[in-house]
Formats: sequence, C-alpha cells, structure tokens
Amino acid sequence: MRTALFRSLAALLAAGGSALLPAAAVAAPTPSPGATPVTRAGTSFLTATPITAGQPVRVDASVGDHLYWSFAATAGQVHEISATVSFPKARSGASTWTVDVFDGLRRRQACTAGAQTPTVDAQASSVMLGCTLREVRPWAEPWSADPLPGTYVVRLSVVDLPEPDLGAPIDVDLLVGTVADHGASGDDGELAAPLQPNTKAGTVLNAVPPVDPEADDEGDSPADWLPDLGSRWVWTGIGGVLAAVAGVVGFALTRRPRRR
Amino acid sequence: MINFRRSTAVLLGLLATTALAGPLPAAADDEEPVAEPPRVELVLDVSGSMRAADIGGRSRISVAQQAFNEVVDALPAETQLGIRVLGATYRGKDKKVGCQDTQQIVPVGPVDRARAKAAVATLRPTGFTPVGLALRSAAQDLGTGATTRRIVLITDGEDTCAPPDPCEVARELAAQGTSLVVDTLGLAPDEKVRRQLLCIAGATGGTYTAAQSAEELTDRIKQLVERAGDTHTLAPTVVGGANACDSAPLLAPGVYADREAFSEHRYYRVPVRPGQELRASVSMALDRPVNRDYGVLLRATAADGRELVRGADAGSGRADVLSAGLRWSASADDEDATEAEATPTAAEPTTVCLVVSNSFAPRPGTAATPGMPVELTIDVVAAAPAPDGPDLGRGWVLLALLTVAGLLTGLLAGLLTRWWVATWREN
Repeated sequence: MRTALFRSLAALLAAGGSALLPAAAVAAPTPSPGATPVTRAGTSFLTATPITAGQPVRVDASVGDHLYWSFAATAGQVHEISATVSFPKARSGASTWTVDVFDGLRRRQACTAGAQTPTVDAQASSVMLGCTLREVRPWAEPWSADPLPGTYVVRLSVVDLPEPDLGAPIDVDLLVGTVADHGASGDDGELAAPLQPNTKAGTVLNAVPPVDPEADDEGDSPADWLPDLGSRWVWTGIGGVLAAVAGVVGFALTRRPRRR
Repeated sequence: MINFRRSTAVLLGLLATTALAGPLPAAADDEEPVAEPPRVELVLDVSGSMRAADIGGRSRISVAQQAFNEVVDALPAETQLGIRVLGATYRGKDKKVGCQDTQQIVPVGPVDRARAKAAVATLRPTGFTPVGLALRSAAQDLGTGATTRRIVLITDGEDTCAPPDPCEVARELAAQGTSLVVDTLGLAPDEKVRRQLLCIAGATGGTYTAAQSAEELTDRIKQLVERAGDTHTLAPTVVGGANACDSAPLLAPGVYADREAFSEHRYYRVPVRPGQELRASVSMALDRPVNRDYGVLLRATAADGRELVRGADAGSGRADVLSAGLRWSASADDEDATEAEATPTAAEPTTVCLVVSNSFAPRPGTAATPGMPVELTIDVVAAAPAPDGPDLGRGWVLLALLTVAGLLTGLLAGLLTRWWVATWREN
C-alpha cells in the first residue's frame, strides 16, 4: 500500500516537478549537431580561443605548440575533454602529451578520469587524450580549490619528446562535452561573479580610490528570508500534504467502529 | 541568495538591477574601440643558402615567394603588414658590411597588394644572415603602442653575424615594454637553426614550425597572421613590482606584465573593500632553459605581513607558463570587517599585498637578466557569502518523517477527542 503510494507520488513528482527538478543526463561527449567547428587556437591564457561544449575543434599546429582554448561552465556540470593528435609525419622517438585544465584563476584542475598524460612511441600515428573534470560546485570558500562556475582553460601540449621532432606538423581534434548536468540549488550558495578572467589591461593607481557610496547600496529585498525556488519547495509541500492526510487517517483510526 | 534576488528583480521589475550591476566590472569598458589595427611584420631570410633547391625540388626562396604572395592575397583588410628582408643586397665577402644588410621592402601599414608582390618577386638569394639585427629593426618598424605586435621570422640558416646573438636580441626586445611575439619558421631541417629559432620563439612566447613544403609554409604564415588579428588587443599593462609591500604599486583590476628574476620576490598592492572579493592569478613564463623542477607561489598578505591565502603550483619538464591563483574575501577578515562596519562612513578598503615568488633555477650558462616574464591578473568582485542552512527539506526520509508525525498527531488528537467527548458525555 505504502509503496504504491510512494510510486504514485514519485510519478507525480516526475511529471509535475520536472521543471523544478534538474534533469540529470549522462553521456559521452559528442559534437552537437550543427555546431560550427573551430579552426583556431590561442597560444596563451590571455589569447585562449573561446569554444562551447559540444563544439568540435580541428586545428593544424606544430609539435611543441602550447594550444589554449577556453569554455564556460556552470554549477552542477561535469565536463569531459577528449582530444586526438595525429602525426602526418614520422617522428624520431617516443613523446608524452598532456592536456591540462585550469579554472578562471589559472589554478590547475584535477582530472577524475581519462588519459591526461599519454606517451606514444615513434610508430604511432595518433595519440588520444582525455580528461573528465570534477563537478562544478555552485559555491566554495575563498580558500578552497573546488571547481567553481566560470571560465575553464584547456591547454594541450607535448611535455617530453626528442628535440628534433619539434616543429613538425600535427592535426589536433578536440571536443569539450558536458557529460552530466545536475544543476544547482540556490541553497548551496552562489558566487557573486563567476570566475571569469579579467582580460582588460590594468591601470596602476596613485592612491586608494574613494568609495562610491551608491555602489554599496544593495537594497534589501523584502522577501529575502524566503528560500530560493527549487525542488525543496515541492518536497516540503508534498510532505505537508502527506502529514495532513496521515493526520486525518490517524484521527479516523481512533474512532469507535460504528455499531449497527 | 543572489539568485533569489534576481528572480525577485524580474518579478518586481527593474527595481534591484542597478544594485546588482554596481559591483560587477563595468561592461562599457570592454566595448571601447581599439584604436590600433593588428600590426605584423614578416622577416624573410634572403641569404645565399635560400638558393638550395630542397623543398619538393624547388628552391627555398621560390617557395617562400609563393607563400608570401598567397598570404598577401588572403590578408585580412584591417591587418597592417610589413615585410623586411635580410641578406638581400650585399654580394661581397666583407662580413662587416654583409651583416648590416637588412631592409624593409614593404613598410608596416595598409597593404598595397600589387606593390608588395612586386617587391617580393624581385628578391634573389644573396648575402649573409644578420637575424639579430633584422629582429631589432623589425621591432622598430612595428613601433611602440598598447597592443601586441607580431614578427614572423622565416629563415633557413643560423645567424652568421653574431654578436648580437638573435636569441638575446629577442629576449631584450620582449623585455622592452611593448608586447612583442616572434613566431619562427625554419625552412631547413638543421639542428643549429632549430635551436636558434626555438630559443627566439621561447624568449618571446612565440611558436616554432619546421616548414617542409610550400603548402605547410603558406598555411602556417596565414594562421599566424590571422592569429595576430585575433589577439593583438590583449596586451597587458607593464608594471614594476617592488621589493617590499610599503612601496609596492597600487593596482586596479586588470592584467599586468612584469619581470621577475630567479628567486626574487615581487610585491604589489590591491585595495579591497569589505564585502568584496580579491581574485588574483599569476603566470610565469619559462622563456629560457631552467632546471627540471620548478614552482611558482602567489601569496596575499595583510599590510603587517600576516598571510591571508596562497596559491601555488609546481611542475617539471617542458612547459610554456606555470601559473597559480587565489581568492580572498575582505568580509572574511573579522577584525577589519567589524572595524569598517563600526565607522559610519564604512568601507575603508583593506590594502592586500600580493607577493609573487618563484623557485625556478637557471641551468649553467642561462642568463639571469632580464627576469622571467610574469603576467598578473587582478580582479575585485562582490564577495559571495557562505550560504545559510536550507530552510526547506528534500528527500524520502523527510516525507516519511512528516507522514509519521502527521499520523501520530492524528492518533493523539483522535484519542484526546475520544477521551474529551467521553468525559463531556458523562457529565
């Protein structure tokens, strides 16, 4: 009886609350249909070529180039990077390739899976690299190194090789895919601004700038104490209804059986 | 919290939008028109060795000429291109004279395609290879300014005129203040040439390519010219860090470039108000041969030297840059925050010192000066306070608990009612 009730409730939740409950999808990265392929790459953090998840990259480069791309990530997403480097020409020895990922503050990101630093011998005609990143957190303390929403930078390079192989042509294929998107609830906090690098040229100040008093005037919203819209409202609401029904049932149980 | 504020703002109209837009970096600055077009100079070696016919049966010079023609044809309209040659005119044997032999055959500016092609077509392989001098002159041709300049050096032989050593020239040019990148293309599979070009490229953050066919050469030059158009506006402001916090330069959000010697500490200051978050990152470029293992450390300290937070990274082997970053929130510092809140004027900024240090070690023979390139990115944004505990619940356990609680309450209420009704009836 109870299981049936739960099942029907679950069905109700799935049907009614799908807009509020973030959908989770797990799949290997595949190019989005109709995505325009990117044919360029940057050569530094500042000049990283922006790409989007699902947009294939195909670029001609030279062995030894450090190639940079950047993509945006939001809270709850898990990204997987896969890259293939093909060598049209013979090489003289084994080489080690790496795909490094950095966040908007140029902090190195860990890969949870994937061949991040593969080594190939001289005969191989291509090498495949991969990196699955951690799930992006919506908020983290300033001191932590958790992955946060914002820009991520991918750097593809060769870290070890015989020097004569430098400069030879290579073809690089790269794809950044969103393999999961769990969404984020506002209850877990939110960054005031995503970790997007400031790429403007800076200005050296002569003195500490005066405070603009209006900039601080945030203006408290009257409904600030209300929790964010989200699945918790649905769960708690249904819990309330269940409690009320159970209360009535409980009340009814205590009634004396009617005498006829 | 802010998420909800945003949704409230949507519901209530544009009431809160100004408040939200306040602390965010002003978007208007990004749309500032760029005054300067991308500037590129192709530097072509026309020394005697370019006569060698070893690229698919054709001479190196004819391949280079063909590539130049195609590049000039495909040049983006806004790009200003110049062409400089070296070793093109002097036929004699006097090294002193031959090593001064470099001319700009197409001045950097909007390109007159027919003229540029005609100038390239008349080139005949002739003299010496004064790469260092040609690089120095090319940097002068491109002039100074706030945007990145790019030199594409195409050569088949090592510099026959050192000193000046081309690699040292490249490092010196890169340290001069104007953002300059030298991309190199080697036309001959020669070890010395490769070493030299790799050194030049590494010193300026450029690339090295060994071009072994006309197609490869053309595609690569086109790619480099295109890249110049994409990236020329992203030149950082040059700043000189101090060796103590008190005298350090005060920096606004943005990107800065500096140089740091081996084992040096460089200090910068950033004003951060309560309720703001400091974000800083630093990259140090490996522009010269260094020992295998290395590291970079970025620390944020208070004015009294107490460490607030640090970011560090270490690495080994071949790399272009090593970077680290940190976040620090002013409101998190209890003392400063309460002090600031106590005063009615409020928001007296805390000055945070950023200390950049490195653990690079030079290989024997590696020049220590100028220091290694440092790129510092600073941003000050609104702080993100820690989230409060959730006010609502979620999950099956919650539903079960509420149901059981409801049931128990119902039972209790029912029992009480029965007892009360029974008592009332008896009376």
